Amino acid sequence: MAEEKRIATRVSYGEELVALGAERDDFVVLDADLAAATQTSRFKAAYPDRFFDCGIAEGNMVGVAAGIAAAGKKVFCSTFAMFAAGRAFEQVRNSIGYPHLNVNICATHAGISVGEDGATHQCCEDIALMRSIPGMTVIVPSDDTEARAAVRAALDCAGPVYIRLGRLAAPVINDPVAYDFKMGRGVTLREGGDVTIVATGLMVAAAIQAAEALSAKGVAAEVINIHTVKPLDEELVRASAKKTGRVVTCEEHSIIGGLGDAVLAALASDPVPVRKVGINDVFGESGPALELLKKYGLDATGIEREVLDFLKD
Amino acid sequence: MTDQELARIANEVRRGIVTAVHAAKSGHPGGSLSIADILTYLYFEDMSVDPTDPGCTNRDRLVLSKGHAAPALYSVLAARGFFHAEELETLRRIGSRLQGHPNMNDTPGVDMSTGSLGQGVSAAVGMALAAKHWHESWRTYAILGDGELEEGQVWEAAMLAGNMQLDNLCIVVDHNGLQIDGTIEEVNSAMPVADKFHAFRFNVIELTDGNDMAKIRDAFQKARTHKGEPTCIVAETVKGKGVSFMENQVGWHGKAPNDEQFARAMAELVAAGKEL
Repeated sequence: MAEEKRIATRVSYGEELVALGAERDDFVVLDADLAAATQTSRFKAAYPDRFFDCGIAEGNMVGVAAGIAAAGKKVFCSTFAMFAAGRAFEQVRNSIGYPHLNVNICATHAGISVGEDGATHQCCEDIALMRSIPGMTVIVPSDDTEARAAVRAALDCAGPVYIRLGRLAAPVINDPVAYDFKMGRGVTLREGGDVTIVATGLMVAAAIQAAEALSAKGVAAEVINIHTVKPLDEELVRASAKKTGRVVTCEEHSIIGGLGDAVLAALASDPVPVRKVGINDVFGESGPALELLKKYGLDATGIEREVLDFLKD
Repeated sequence: MTDQELARIANEVRRGIVTAVHAAKSGHPGGSLSIADILTYLYFEDMSVDPTDPGCTNRDRLVLSKGHAAPALYSVLAARGFFHAEELETLRRIGSRLQGHPNMNDTPGVDMSTGSLGQGVSAAVGMALAAKHWHESWRTYAILGDGELEEGQVWEAAMLAGNMQLDNLCIVVDHNGLQIDGTIEEVNSAMPVADKFHAFRFNVIELTDGNDMAKIRDAFQKARTHKGEPTCIVAETVKGKGVSFMENQVGWHGKAPNDEQFARAMAELVAAGKEL
């Protein structure tokens, strides 16, 4: 796999905001004193009059975003996933979700790959929380290409969109020119008949790597990139599961309520055995991101191990 | 309109509130009756709204942050012609456009979905910010309960509004002194409210009788012309105002009148209306 270029999806987001800002002035960007980290600082530097820092008050920021959208205007708001989906959950539910407002919540520093900040800032529950809100679109971009496309698509999406972005530089796996992003549609990256690996976000690159390693051992893994966890491309998942008879889900998120559970629900009516690679109902800890991912089994080796164990059954 | 004409409409609005809550057999009459006069003034005298075009982009907006006073908002909107007053009797029923707490997508004239206390004021700040940013001249009002001020989000929103100098925003505190568990002094008082909002860089107007049309008019006219700061009107009101046995009774925060109480309340309101 080509890994020459690595870029964190939060950086892709910041850069794409600037690009969008050059094309149109019909949206504003909010942050909650984390602009440098979420990368909205790039937009702030380019278009200071279209950027509003709401200070360290995420519930209010989300409500302010709702008010801007209720006034018929477009808005992005950003903070860490922990605060956007966690602290401000009820504001997102009642002020954005219930009235189905076009607010784009771009939450960065999701998952355990936050690294050194430790468990308080490693949000592994946001997909579960956001999925539970009726009408909420939940997107977890796998790389730079996808993050940019998702940000662009969200701006003109009628209802609320939650985009989950990472701190860690991730390999670019999608062709920036040829890639055709379609909200709600999964992407089959590799075909195989022995097992289906359904991955999202940072885990997509790891899944491709795992599939390559498995191939060398004679295991043909199908790899599906689910960038839109909600609404889930159930048809694609079901068809692949039927073909291979085994599904392994991979996410940098709790195994409770995330991609794994979404896939399980999709397969419930016509069951296929499923294994979930994710954070196993524990809190994270401080450490370098890559070491943490390895420790918690959220890398190619972890996926490969899970698949091989699965195939023994 | 004259103060007397507005007072007559407020009386009609009160009858609508009592009728709706009685029909629903649940709801919040106390805090709806306390804010009835102010909402009447805003929708009939101050705000630019068009019942035939509820979504008109240049309309003034109102966010009922104390969303449990929905019967008051619905009754005013019905009186203003956004929908027929008969619909008030569908309050809280399955399939009704009049949800227990306001939903902007259900009810013509409702500008924001509210009900979870503390959240509406943030949305109002967002609206005011949007109007400023896109150079639009409409104003935004937010109606808060005095108990609602215990929610920290109110102060997050106030801090931002003050710092952003959103002079197109007017917050109204319905200071009726009572919340579900007792008087606000017994529970967790946010007093002195005027001092607090002043400290949050608001222009503060103390409305000594928020159930008196002349005084309401004076307060809102001053708010409209104040520049450079958002305004907070602290309105002294009477919870349950207009129905003698509900006035200043904490028990009428969230309870519907039975048939006998409903008849008495309506008789009182009809009699009061005739004297106006």
